[in-house]
Amino acid sequence: MNTTRRTVLRSATASGMLAGLIAAGALRPTQVLAADWNKAAFEAKDAPGALKGIGAGATVDSKDLIVRVPDIAENGAVVPVDVVSTIPNTSSISILVEKNPSPLSAHFELGNGALPEVSARLKLGQTSMVKAVAKADGKFYTAQKEVKVTVGGCGG
Amino acid sequence: MADPMKIRASLKGDVAEIRILMAHAMETGQRKDAAGNVVPAHFIQSMTVEVGGKKVVDGQIGTSVSRNPVFGFKMKGAKVGDKVIVNWIDSKGDKRTDEAAIA
Amino acid sequence: MRRFWIGALCAMAIMGTTSAQAARKQVAKPAAQTAPAPAAEAKDAATLEFEKFRAEMEDSNPAELFEMKGAELWKARRGPKDVALAESCDLGQGVGKIEGAYVRMPRYFADADAVMDAERRIVWCMVEKQGFKFDDIAKTPFANENFTPDITNLVTYVAGHSRNMKIAVPLGEPRVREAYEIGKEIAAYRAGPYDFSCSTCHSVDGKRIRMQNLPNLNTPQGAMSGVQGWPGYRMTGGVMLTHQWRMGDCFRQQRFPQPKYASDAIAYLLTYMIGNANGQVYKGPGIKR
Repeated sequence: MNTTRRTVLRSATASGMLAGLIAAGALRPTQVLAADWNKAAFEAKDAPGALKGIGAGATVDSKDLIVRVPDIAENGAVVPVDVVSTIPNTSSISILVEKNPSPLSAHFELGNGALPEVSARLKLGQTSMVKAVAKADGKFYTAQKEVKVTVGGCGG
Repeated sequence: MADPMKIRASLKGDVAEIRILMAHAMETGQRKDAAGNVVPAHFIQSMTVEVGGKKVVDGQIGTSVSRNPVFGFKMKGAKVGDKVIVNWIDSKGDKRTDEAAIA
Repeated sequence: MRRFWIGALCAMAIMGTTSAQAARKQVAKPAAQTAPAPAAEAKDAATLEFEKFRAEMEDSNPAELFEMKGAELWKARRGPKDVALAESCDLGQGVGKIEGAYVRMPRYFADADAVMDAERRIVWCMVEKQGFKFDDIAKTPFANENFTPDITNLVTYVAGHSRNMKIAVPLGEPRVREAYEIGKEIAAYRAGPYDFSCSTCHSVDGKRIRMQNLPNLNTPQGAMSGVQGWPGYRMTGGVMLTHQWRMGDCFRQQRFPQPKYASDAIAYLLTYMIGNANGQVYKGPGIKR
């Protein structure tokens, strides 16, 4: 994903050129952002669409990818999710909430010493599978775990 | 003007743990306010974590991330005192940069 | 500021002992969704599952964002008198001293001639020392999804400076003891369309509503679980709310009229509840369902 932009940013001269354009007012930073955010993937309405959007058309389940979530969420508005990959050369981790209106929740490109181990807190509109996707050596691996969302009592 | 983040970074053995708290409403565009009006979508779309001048995490996020987002990352190769810089930009172009040092 | 008026509720509680007793004779209506369970089974699978993630949730708690804002507000010169709370407000430990102040309130303040919980005291300082108008603060005293009042950030900041300290409400003080006794009456006062009191749900072990365990506020541990985590970052709505808010919301859930903000009634109820938790360790601003 974003191959073009990332390639551009990796090149110091191209990056300098981009900064020049921004300074000259030719490009507003927000426009650069819009190009950066993977709209197709994040606005996909189902998990297959989201996977396609991040380039993960074909995936394999992996036991070396762990999704740690509560069996039952105390509150669907804040569900802690930890994803750990022990797949060698994991370069990115994505997290999807299958039943959410827009399933893709987060996508992290990892580099320069970052370990394939991320945590986030997500909203779950209802009981759903939480799916992790790890990219390693050009292949996509998945793992998933269900979180039950319940209705709470009073203010706690 | 966006509110500051809280960044905590500490070295445990040879692994640096970075925890980030961001102040953001992360509106999905589906919530209705008390008057029944839909609250427009407004959420952080991209974030980066740089440690010691190198980009460690290049992230994109969507509306499923909880309000006032919390993230955790781990890395090797960092040392005490290294500067951690976190950036985010949201769907309206608002942005925020904060930094901390690895303790 | 002159004395805070006594909330309607408190007045009811003071004069209403006999009517409260009469109310108790009525047939108890079934508590909505509550079912007694043996104390031994109080920690069911769901509770244990929540607890597994609790430490992690507390470890990175958005409440810290509100503490940061409160720190700025505490130190800044504000209000018509352009004074900082840090240089004018005495929370019972000396002017500007906040270390351990939260766990030692409610307490009696001679300058205000009142028993005050932390939030009420900070409001008093904002009014008396900084010159803010009480009515302006009381207009929107609690957070919603679009707004967090300064007072909430201030309370969170102050509470953060009592982390891992023992609750020590000075119940030996006659005025505090009196507040405690009135608070106890308020907790047991039964009325409203459901004929509820605080005690209906919170005076026995092992009760729950849906997935929530209901603490028995008459025991130190039970009282502490009602104190622990306030002020708290509420996951529902993602807003920071104070113990004052929680008390008011209990009355809403009982279908009672809401007690007035920063009133005697709430200060007394908090004196009872927090006083019962004396000796227990307070962990600081929390994260709530």
